[in-house]
Amino acid sequence: MSLKKVSKEQPKSFEFNSNSLDAAKKIVSKYPEGKQQSAVMALLYIAQRQNDNWIPLVAMKYIGKFLEMPYIKVYEVATFYTMYNLTPVGKHFVQVCTTTPCMIRGAYKLVEACKKKISEKENELSKDKNCSWMEVECLGACVNAPMMQINDDYYEDLDKEKTLKILDEILSGKTPKPGSYRGRLNAEPENNRKTLMDIKNA
Amino acid sequence: MLKDEDRIFQNLYNDKGSDFVSSKERGDWTNTKELCEKGREWIINEVKISELRGRGGAGFPTGLKWSFAPKEVGSRPHYLVINADESEPGTCKDRDILRFEPHKLIEGCLITSYAVNAHTCYIYIRGEYFNEGQKLQAAIDEAYEKKLIGKNASGTDWDFDIHIHYGAGAYICGEETALLESLEGKKGQPRLKPPFPALIGLYGCPTIINNVETVAVVPTILRKGGKWFASLGKPKNTGTKIFCISGNVNNPGNVEEEMGISLKELIETHAGGVIGGWNNLKAVIPGGSSMPLLPKKDCETITMDFDSLIAKKSGLGTAGIVVINKDQDIIKCMARIARFYKHESCGQCTPCREGTGWMWRMLERMAKGEAAREEVDMLMDVTKQIEGHTICAFGEGSSWPVQGLLRNFKKEIQEKNNFSPIFNTNKDIPYLVDQHLLDKKNA
Repeated sequence: MSLKKVSKEQPKSFEFNSNSLDAAKKIVSKYPEGKQQSAVMALLYIAQRQNDNWIPLVAMKYIGKFLEMPYIKVYEVATFYTMYNLTPVGKHFVQVCTTTPCMIRGAYKLVEACKKKISEKENELSKDKNCSWMEVECLGACVNAPMMQINDDYYEDLDKEKTLKILDEILSGKTPKPGSYRGRLNAEPENNRKTLMDIKNA
Repeated sequence: MLKDEDRIFQNLYNDKGSDFVSSKERGDWTNTKELCEKGREWIINEVKISELRGRGGAGFPTGLKWSFAPKEVGSRPHYLVINADESEPGTCKDRDILRFEPHKLIEGCLITSYAVNAHTCYIYIRGEYFNEGQKLQAAIDEAYEKKLIGKNASGTDWDFDIHIHYGAGAYICGEETALLESLEGKKGQPRLKPPFPALIGLYGCPTIINNVETVAVVPTILRKGGKWFASLGKPKNTGTKIFCISGNVNNPGNVEEEMGISLKELIETHAGGVIGGWNNLKAVIPGGSSMPLLPKKDCETITMDFDSLIAKKSGLGTAGIVVINKDQDIIKCMARIARFYKHESCGQCTPCREGTGWMWRMLERMAKGEAAREEVDMLMDVTKQIEGHTICAFGEGSSWPVQGLLRNFKKEIQEKNNFSPIFNTNKDIPYLVDQHLLDKKNA
């Protein structure tokens, strides 16, 4: 089981802004009447996006009221799933996959790069308070290992130098291009593709 | 090697684009209405003839699963749920279907829903695949616009809606009943079976749950015929499958191949061989991290299908092949997998919640060379205490890889830990202290 720490410093109030409210209503309408509790995961995610990438306790209470479900049920969900951040993380949130398929291709070199550029410890904000990193379990891009996720984007086929470069760009406020960093087309066997060549060359 | 025209996922690498127009050129949505008009019996029967087995790991016959859904809709509506919570280490096939062949999946959803009398389909995508989900949503919007789905979908007189539901980083939600709990807005802890979801599933209603790849191949099977699909591969292990080859190979990648292809051919031909040559191979995990690893001698001859791998005490699982060469420390590799399972256990059943931690800590010690001699047998015992004593298959999934290690690489563990054959040195082993808590303050 994974463990989660809830931030000691909590804001006093939270409510959805108009964009979030529209999105939330749209999501609730996806589920049958009376089953609005199904929307809790999506709503927590919306709250997280609105609140600089983390969910305060007041937001859980707000969502509980919004969906007419007990606060503790929302809390239960928020603490169960790893993608909900219950403490502040950086605006640029770097997640490095270190599960075996990535590990054997050098994922811990990426961790070294993160330690050098962002912060010595994981889950710790960088000096400018803009960025944090953590090790995560398999992100499902194993043939493009090693890789990392920065906010929503996957950066694949990395090594230490490439990671340092990407992090430099991120820290200077730019958004580097996601995808493979060895220039290969998605998940094709690089330089060794034997299938569907007619389509490729057409 | 499989002929290109027999490959179902022609856009696996996104050479052409995933929009409606290019999908239609590849044959999607060409005669959906006619296929549905042939009737539910025909669809289910054709899938039965094809001998398609579920692509999510368990390999259950798909046609049989569909026939479990009640024939008539009673007071409760039927649901179709697509499992796109791909999180098994070594597996990244559904990701490419979601982003590059979304129309195959959507059309498959419509046909499957029609066959099992469902008007609503939920696609449960893991939260990390946000961009992939956006791409699928764009394709769904396109399909609504073209009236392929929605009211009177594709002119079949069948109303059909698709919704995407994002997960939030819990591996266990790939287990079908945990997925349903999660869809209902609860924490993802598996349910006891029976009752099976086909009778009591989402919101207590009959629910069919299929993997992305399973549903995405259905339209092609119906177009080309169940017999065509059954002619590929081996008996009872038919058709094509996307293999993900990762780890210590020269050219890792995804490739669609015939079931029953030899592992050696996959690695040598498609993945450019093992780094350092075939003789540098140590072991292969053949089907995602839950499946026991195969030592090199088995890798020489094994073919990649459900039954051959079961005969070797492993399994095809999701066909995520992780190649490990001799430059890696095999104990460390498995310790990392054990850490994965420790992290992902949902905590509902005690053997799994506690046992995954035990296994991880013991393997960590073995990897460092600090283990005591009796620990090797104790580790085997722990895996046996977990296996078969949990609600869901996570117990097996977490203990099988450790059993595979002990079965095939016991010598490595003994050498690494300098077990003296004569003296048994006592070591202080802190079993009940959770090292995870000690190591990581912020965890």
